[in-house]
Amino acid sequence: MASTDIDTTPLPRWWHSRVVQRFFGHRLALLGLVMITLLTLACGIGPYLLPYDSLHIDLLARFAPPLTGGHYLGTDPLGRDVAARLLMAGRISLLVGFFAMLLATVLGTLIGVVAGYGGRTVNAVLMRLVDGFLSFPTIFLLLALAVALKPSPIMITVIIALTGWMEVARIVEAEVRSLKEREFVLAGRMLGLGRAHIMFREILPNCMGPIIVAATLTVARAILLEAYISFLGFGIQPPLPSWGNMLNGAQQYLGSAPWLAVVPGAAITVAVTSFNFIGDGLRDALDVRNDSF
Amino acid sequence: MVAGGQSASAPAIALSVRGLTVRLPDGMERRHAIEDISFDLPRGQILCVIGESGSGKSVTANTVMGLLPKVMQTSAGSITLEGREIVGIAPEELRRLRGQVVAMIFQDPLSALNPLMTVGAQIDETMAAHGIGTPGTRRERAIALLTEVGLPEPALMYHQYPFRLSGGQRQRVMIAMALALEPTVLIADEPTTALDVTTQAQILALIREIQRRKGMSVLFITHDFGVVAEIADSVVVMEKGHVVERGDAEKVLKSPDHPYTQRLIAAVPHLRAEDRPRAAGAGAPAKAEPVLRVRNLVKTYRSGSALFGTQRVVPAVQDVTFDVWPGRTLGIVGESGSGKSSLGRLLIRLMEVDSGEILFGDRDIAALSDAEFRGLRPKIQMIFQDPFASLNPRMTIGTILTVGPIAHGTRAARARDEAKALLDLVGLDARAFERYPHEFSGGQRQRIGIARALMFKPELLVADEAVSALDVSIQAQILELLDGIQRETGVAMIFITHDLRVASQICDEIAVMQKGRIVEFGRPSRIFFHPEADYTRELVAAIPGEHFGEQTRTAAETAARA
Repeated sequence: MASTDIDTTPLPRWWHSRVVQRFFGHRLALLGLVMITLLTLACGIGPYLLPYDSLHIDLLARFAPPLTGGHYLGTDPLGRDVAARLLMAGRISLLVGFFAMLLATVLGTLIGVVAGYGGRTVNAVLMRLVDGFLSFPTIFLLLALAVALKPSPIMITVIIALTGWMEVARIVEAEVRSLKEREFVLAGRMLGLGRAHIMFREILPNCMGPIIVAATLTVARAILLEAYISFLGFGIQPPLPSWGNMLNGAQQYLGSAPWLAVVPGAAITVAVTSFNFIGDGLRDALDVRNDSF
Repeated sequence: MVAGGQSASAPAIALSVRGLTVRLPDGMERRHAIEDISFDLPRGQILCVIGESGSGKSVTANTVMGLLPKVMQTSAGSITLEGREIVGIAPEELRRLRGQVVAMIFQDPLSALNPLMTVGAQIDETMAAHGIGTPGTRRERAIALLTEVGLPEPALMYHQYPFRLSGGQRQRVMIAMALALEPTVLIADEPTTALDVTTQAQILALIREIQRRKGMSVLFITHDFGVVAEIADSVVVMEKGHVVERGDAEKVLKSPDHPYTQRLIAAVPHLRAEDRPRAAGAGAPAKAEPVLRVRNLVKTYRSGSALFGTQRVVPAVQDVTFDVWPGRTLGIVGESGSGKSSLGRLLIRLMEVDSGEILFGDRDIAALSDAEFRGLRPKIQMIFQDPFASLNPRMTIGTILTVGPIAHGTRAARARDEAKALLDLVGLDARAFERYPHEFSGGQRQRIGIARALMFKPELLVADEAVSALDVSIQAQILELLDGIQRETGVAMIFITHDLRVASQICDEIAVMQKGRIVEFGRPSRIFFHPEADYTRELVAAIPGEHFGEQTRTAAETAARA
């Protein structure tokens, strides 16, 4: 039988490297990645390097402005070191953001895949559920749930995830619906593969791109939501610090000790914009239509 | 009236391309899309540029129109259009030339027309953009153009949206748009590739007729030597960005010089006068039982809602009956919408049957539930049309081949060995096992698709337009491969295609389908050379390039008239 040549040079996965290249060519995305890495590192190991513990109360040094007496970012009304509190709060806020994203993405993906691949009825029921969740005003839902349930960091994570999975579900559903008409899915059915196998092992790997993008943007949203509800006093409860409840404590001293608000505010802004930049970068990098050729 | 009617001052060469080179961005498979291309389009003639995919023929057309994507740039050479150099002229000036001096027709008339504008508005827009006429005169002119391209009821057609038209009608609208400003040069980029064979014949005739009547010069891009034989005065053959041969259509078709051209022409399938010799290795097929007996099969598509009275009922397959014998190939031919693909999907139960029987052995698979049919699936396998969509891009070839048998309980090691043996059988290196689909060409992918279908040692293979997406030379190889496999394994095959020439190459029997019904059934030699049904006769007559003799005569007539 006639044999055709195949190129046997060890090819790099060109699409792979091209996605990476495009991502690194996206300056803002790169900036976002660097900022997030630095922020995570700082929150991870920073507290051990600072001279003061986040719970240490120094009543003699209340309202110390930044850069006085070893307090790099000043102190709060109880004389606690703002820098140490900021980094400890960062751990909580970033962890809540990350796990909320994970939960929301898994839930959204599951529902999206099943709705997209399932028949008309399954699709209608699941997508109306999505519509239902989307029609609740998020903040009120969050507040109501936070009042009803005991606000621990885990509970806050779950609540945020429950209000944030619909986006992912919609994206995945649309993607799966278009993929399931492709011939490789028909080929899977022809081979007699089961429904679950086709849904999760044939189709799902092909929608990873949009899912990753949505997940990144969900982190940003989760961090912001945690800040909202903690600021309003229904989220993470003191003495456990979070960026949101640090702002809550700061509002009455806006005139006299502005750093109390500026510092956690800046941290939230940096984290959220960085995640958004990364998400935008990923979206551009994973979108083949953006390829210059 | 004819080409000679041009004013004396116009140059004899309408379009001249000299040493044209277009660079590709770095990191592509070759440095230049086209390199050092030269050809002349004489006034009042049709010049065909022919080549396989990746030969640079479309890039050539787009360069002349100034429609190259931004990353590609003309790096050398000149293009002279009606005596004017157009490489490097201002975009604004080029825009004025487009439409007025040179116009283009595209391959896919559906995506080339704006779906949100009426046909009339789009033709009007072309004229308005060049500041010609008043709304009233433009409207009259648009209707005149629609009449000219042979559309029925032009005044009504003016108000139609593209989605209401058939493929052939849309292409006629595109031609009307291209003609709106009376250009002297028309560029047609594969204008009939997306069309059915009978529609293709009509559009080719229309282009030829308009070209003669207006004395236009046409640059016609195609991959089909049949089309070349139908309409070309002269031919340019391209391979990998180079012109390898040029000359008179008759000369190139009858006695090509370059080995590439010879290979291409040899690969063009023709209707075969004699039937395919029976596969000898398959025992005594004449006495055996049919593998598959299909009886009175019916499938109807319903869309919309019966409740709101918006239901649309499309009969896809109506009362279809046939047998398939082991070691033999049944061809199912027809145009788009004839129900041939629906039939293929019904047979492998990718769709539910409305009524009728599909007897596989002595079991009616139409009546089985999905779970009951699962055990039979390995016996009936399919080869898909699009080699780019039918392999999961995220899986290695090894996984693609072994996932089915493993799901049916074969041990992984054994499936792997079988897969490697099959890769060898379909002519691929066993090293392909670890690679991903995107590393292969279209023809190689189709071989992988065939290997996948053979993994279960099926008794019946359904090939749905299995070679339609491939270049002719690859097409010939794949047909040969399928033929060899059938001789070796004695598998029965159903070969679904719109291309009668391909069907005559590989089929033992042929069923011609029209609007969901089988209108004619028989041996290929009888069907193609003594068709009984009117529809079959129409199909056979529309095959491009089957009558080289007549083509030569028309070309001579043209020459004499010009």
